[in-house]
Amino acid sequence: MKFGTRIIHNGHEVDPHTKALGVPIHQVSTFHQDSVDHFGKYDYARSGNPTREALEETIAQLENGTRGFAFASGMAAISSVLLLFSPGDHLVVCEDVYGGTYRVLTSLFSRLGITASFVDTTDLAEIRKAIRPNTRGLYLETPSNPLLKITDLAGAAGIAREHNLLTMVDNTFMTPYLQRPLDLGCDIVLHSGTKFLNGHSDVICGFAVVRDPALAARIGFVQNSFGAILGPQDSWLVLRGLKTLKVRMDESQRGARAVVDWLCRQESIDQVFYPGLETHPGFSVHRAQAAGPGAVLSFTVSTVELTRRLLEELTLAAFAVSLGGVESIISYPARMSHAAMPREEREVRGITDTLVRLSVGLEDPEDLIADLDRVLNG
Amino acid sequence: MVKLSTQAVQLGLNWDGRTGAVTVPIYQTATFKHPGLGQSTGYDYSRSGNPTRKVLEDGIAALDGGVRGFAYSSGMAAITNLLLLFSKGDHLIVTEDLYGGTYRLFEQIFRQYDLSFTYVDTSVLSEVENAIRPETKGLFVESLTNPLLKAADVRGLSELCAARDILCIVDNTFLTPYLQRPLDLGADITIYSATKYLAGHNDTVSGLVVVKDPDLAEKVYFLQNSVGAVLGPQDSWLVIRGMKTLGIRLDRQQENAQKIAEWLAVHPKVRQVYYPGLPGHPGHALLAETARGFGAMVSFEVIDPLLVERLLLKTEIISFAESLGGVETLITFPEVQTHADILPEIRARLGINNLLLRLSVGIEDVDDLIGDLAQAFE
Repeated sequence: MKFGTRIIHNGHEVDPHTKALGVPIHQVSTFHQDSVDHFGKYDYARSGNPTREALEETIAQLENGTRGFAFASGMAAISSVLLLFSPGDHLVVCEDVYGGTYRVLTSLFSRLGITASFVDTTDLAEIRKAIRPNTRGLYLETPSNPLLKITDLAGAAGIAREHNLLTMVDNTFMTPYLQRPLDLGCDIVLHSGTKFLNGHSDVICGFAVVRDPALAARIGFVQNSFGAILGPQDSWLVLRGLKTLKVRMDESQRGARAVVDWLCRQESIDQVFYPGLETHPGFSVHRAQAAGPGAVLSFTVSTVELTRRLLEELTLAAFAVSLGGVESIISYPARMSHAAMPREEREVRGITDTLVRLSVGLEDPEDLIADLDRVLNG
Repeated sequence: MVKLSTQAVQLGLNWDGRTGAVTVPIYQTATFKHPGLGQSTGYDYSRSGNPTRKVLEDGIAALDGGVRGFAYSSGMAAITNLLLLFSKGDHLIVTEDLYGGTYRLFEQIFRQYDLSFTYVDTSVLSEVENAIRPETKGLFVESLTNPLLKAADVRGLSELCAARDILCIVDNTFLTPYLQRPLDLGADITIYSATKYLAGHNDTVSGLVVVKDPDLAEKVYFLQNSVGAVLGPQDSWLVIRGMKTLGIRLDRQQENAQKIAEWLAVHPKVRQVYYPGLPGHPGHALLAETARGFGAMVSFEVIDPLLVERLLLKTEIISFAESLGGVETLITFPEVQTHADILPEIRARLGINNLLLRLSVGIEDVDDLIGDLAQAFE
């Protein structure tokens, strides 16, 4: 079965109990037991809830993993996975990582004794150089946020295996429709499901998917003990959102491509960052490991003043944080996704005051372009 | 100043000035538009703040007499967030007969981050005092313990803590602010598995924290936002809804519990009953003075292990299931359920043995409940 079929037909499309064409929402915290010696499959909803389980099994299947875990947010998923590490452990992390991940690493996990080095992972040699005797994990995002930098996942996974490192990949921008890190040799896939997976800007959620059963058991232990789980209503909404993942991504990508082509021809635009551009660094690496360039692009505007006008005067793209929804969203990384990163750190990474990130939604690209045209050239 | 139960009934009542709706809308959204660059409506991303969750958070803060409230995806997530306030080398004193999930979190996750824990009978002030070391930074106490219902002298403990700069954290799940307000008695933080009495219908998993110091509130908020184990909007709304009937539910539950405890106390097949409402219970006088009631949890030891299975499986109205605090009466077997993660030798010393059952008394007619127990005993 092709991906577009599998997201709809994955074993959960019919409720076995009533034959309903959908997963029931188990809005419940506890479950009756029939035996003292053998408990039923479910006992307490933090540990397992059938609605959440349907979602977890679905995401595991889509990422070609054996087990999936649904969390209250992307950050909860990341934090739960980071709790696998111990004091004294060192992590190598991609330098332009999402600001929230940067924040928990530098303000929380560092306090717990876990250290991190931020390197340019687009250069595999930089990864090698950063590895120390106590390095235990490699954390990647590709394409990264917001400059869409590309890291060679198979290559990085190879280096990680040599040094016995756990590879963690935040696959939010691509989704398993376009890129499957487990297939490329990585150990853990992470998602802010809030973005493309749920796709409607209406649920905050996160996921972790793995293939190795022992690793799955460890993450399951953390999920149950820490309890940063996703609720049943939210789980059901994400299941619903997933059904249109393929058509949404196809359409958004088409729109992104059109917007990118138009932006490249504008004088008021300095640089465009998009993995689909042949001139984009890592273009071939990305093409080898992903089925498409995605629907997120960034660009720098000629002046700060024009940047401000763009953010405030567009009528179709919403000026907001987040991405991956049905509506286009325009964001300002310096003050939003990467606000938690100190200014010097941001600027060194190219996250300047004229950089804007656009998540292309499902509006007709002609309308999006007309809107951009009006503000940039009007 | 209206009574607590009145406040609870009116949670969210006046929130929606625009439509006059008597309940707070469910803000099923992940993101919020910015009115302009550098401007915000007060909300930008639901992990950081959501209006529906805020009504719940403000509500519990008001009921508990605190300055700020926080809602989490589970009670365990709330506890985990609070533990993340501490640093390597910190020591905590903890109630010895506490919920097994808390014990598991402390011993199997936080101990590896160089936090240390001493478990004592927190109903005895001198035991707590003797356990204090120079590196003691926190006290984690259940105001009414699980499952032996020992009562903590929160005022006395808070005074001990305040004198030595120890953070006094009270898990007030079994009492709720309706029966006791730990912050009024000097505690720094109260924490709830809102899954239990607060939501009250065995239908959501959630955790709540209330703090009274603004600086501490900032630190707790930083963790809630960064780690992101937040409660979703649907679940938040359901907890708000549940809290509206907190007063009448607890009144009925306590009435029932008192009668059931008295009935069990003279039953020939019952060896011991633990219920603070019984004059012989160690915490009876303390709670009579510092709380507005004795709660609705009743634990009891039967005379023969064979009776355990009978009571768990033969009851028809009372359900054999984990959890507590909801409208349905539930019965559990702590040794193999809630306290399975506590070491056997510790369980044995505490009296959590193969004869001990825990009853969470609901709001059914008490004659039906007693009748159900009676027939199960036969």
